[in-house]
Amino acid sequence: MTAHDLNAIEVAALDKWYGSFHVLKSIDLTVATGERIVVCGPSGSGKSTLIRCINRLEEHQRGSISVNGIPLGDSVKNLDAIRREVGMVFQHFNLFPHLTVKENCALPQILSRGKQRREAEDMAMHFLGKVRIPEQADKYPGQLSGGQQQRVAIARALCMTPKIMLFDEPTSALDPEMVKEVLDTMVTLAEEGMTMIVVTHEMGFARKVADRVVFMEAGEVIEVNEPNAFFDAPSHDSTRRFLANIMH
Amino acid sequence: MTVIDLAPTVAHIEPSAPPRPPRKPILQLFFGDVMASVLTVTTGFLLILMIPALNWAVLDAVWATDDPSTCRDRGACWAFIAAKFRFIIFGVYPPDEQWRPLLVMGLILAMALVSLSPRLWGQRLIAAWIASVAVMLTLMWGGVLGLTPVPTSSWGGLPVTLLLALLSLGLGLPFAVFLALGRRSSLPIPRMLSLMTIELVRGLPLVGLLFVASILLPLLLPAGWSIDKLGRTLAALTVFAAAYLAEVIRGGLQGVSAGQIEAAKALGIPGWKAVWHIVLPQALQKVIPPLTNTAIVMVKNTSLVLIVGVFDMLSAARVAATDPVWPAPYVESYVFVALIYFLICFGISNYSRWLEIRVQSRSYR
Repeated sequence: MTAHDLNAIEVAALDKWYGSFHVLKSIDLTVATGERIVVCGPSGSGKSTLIRCINRLEEHQRGSISVNGIPLGDSVKNLDAIRREVGMVFQHFNLFPHLTVKENCALPQILSRGKQRREAEDMAMHFLGKVRIPEQADKYPGQLSGGQQQRVAIARALCMTPKIMLFDEPTSALDPEMVKEVLDTMVTLAEEGMTMIVVTHEMGFARKVADRVVFMEAGEVIEVNEPNAFFDAPSHDSTRRFLANIMH
Repeated sequence: MTVIDLAPTVAHIEPSAPPRPPRKPILQLFFGDVMASVLTVTTGFLLILMIPALNWAVLDAVWATDDPSTCRDRGACWAFIAAKFRFIIFGVYPPDEQWRPLLVMGLILAMALVSLSPRLWGQRLIAAWIASVAVMLTLMWGGVLGLTPVPTSSWGGLPVTLLLALLSLGLGLPFAVFLALGRRSSLPIPRMLSLMTIELVRGLPLVGLLFVASILLPLLLPAGWSIDKLGRTLAALTVFAAAYLAEVIRGGLQGVSAGQIEAAKALGIPGWKAVWHIVLPQALQKVIPPLTNTAIVMVKNTSLVLIVGVFDMLSAARVAATDPVWPAPYVESYVFVALIYFLICFGISNYSRWLEIRVQSRSYR
């Protein structure tokens, strides 16, 4: 086996600026295949920006990123290949409101993989079943609750058969009673061995599912540790402060 | 801290019918407060003022007569409309061939009815429209399949109005989409070109544009080149419609959130497919009311072609009223034509409201 078979994502010496604002400062992060990483930190610390760099929703200025051995650069071919490997779930779901739930899951397969409609719809129904809302297939996103919409968004991403899933604060925009149904879906996904990077403040989820927790502050990775050590014996002052703040 | 267990919880939100508000007594409806009373009295007064008009239009009107001279006694001369109906509708199109424009109007109506259902919208419907417009133009022109050729200078009346409105909007819309996308492009040259086109056309009055198309354009073209006058007029209307539609569509594009494009990117959907399937449909849905507005304005704008000598329905009505046999029934002609314009525009307006409600019903949370 080569190193690429082991590592799903390699981020090295990554720097990014918004204008003159230094958002990401020399980030190094390696994620092994099958590993579940939870990224947390105060708002504005660059955690969302970091995962959005991985599939080029944001462009970085220095350093390197590679996904399953494919280097992310100016090559459009590589970018397409990386986006095939990586699925993403957004804070605000970003479902397509003019399409039904089933079409939301089927159309991207048709447009980006050239699949036949029948095949794409079968796939859509399979994953809608997996996130436990096949009965909503013919409704429009606006007719579903937030939790249901986020589960559709997860199904839509899974329809593209990604090897890695990025979650950008998937439960932050949800009403409290809907957080659990989304986290349950993510736990199931983790148990099936999906490689995941999850930006979240759900520390219960982190403790239960994460292999490692990454703590970021002001664009820097402050601490990386396995969950029990991270929560019970954080080694940095800022980590302790952050944990104290969110645990109340 | 959130405790996680694996039992499924699903939030079901079902709509339920609210209780009906009790009906108000009629007196309270009309005189419930100061505002209602004022409106009731004013409206009543206006209705009374309209009694002479009603007398003129209905009670004193001459509905049918063979003798034009009896037609000017007191009321409206609807007998004139009956006598000139064919001329106002078909203009100077050869009478023996008028079944052709009639068929064209039937085709337009049939296609419009078929297109009402959003379920049928798609590439096939666009193809059907292109094919039926080809059939329409063939019918109007003739010269093939044993049809007598009829030059565009003999076309007239309602078919010309309908064809100009339909084609200027139909051809203008794709141009408008390109202009709107170009204007929002990050590339400087397409952005500048779109901006200049839109601002230039919007800065000119339609009448000026029609004069440029009908008088200036033939002078500018090299000798031996000629474009049909009706075609030039259509070009001017199309460009005009495109500039206005482009600004409407741009408004819709701005309303589509960046998250939609990010989701499409993350799913690997190629850029132009994302624009076509994800961004444009949402943008157009958001601007149904102003799009309708522009469509209605364009239907009525076609009547301006009269000033460059294209024989649309309004021109036909005007010419009909100059018949010396009849006592100059201009008002009746214009009322009749106005009624036809109103029916078309009211139809478009109602349809767009239905579309809007349909879009809204997709999110009743």
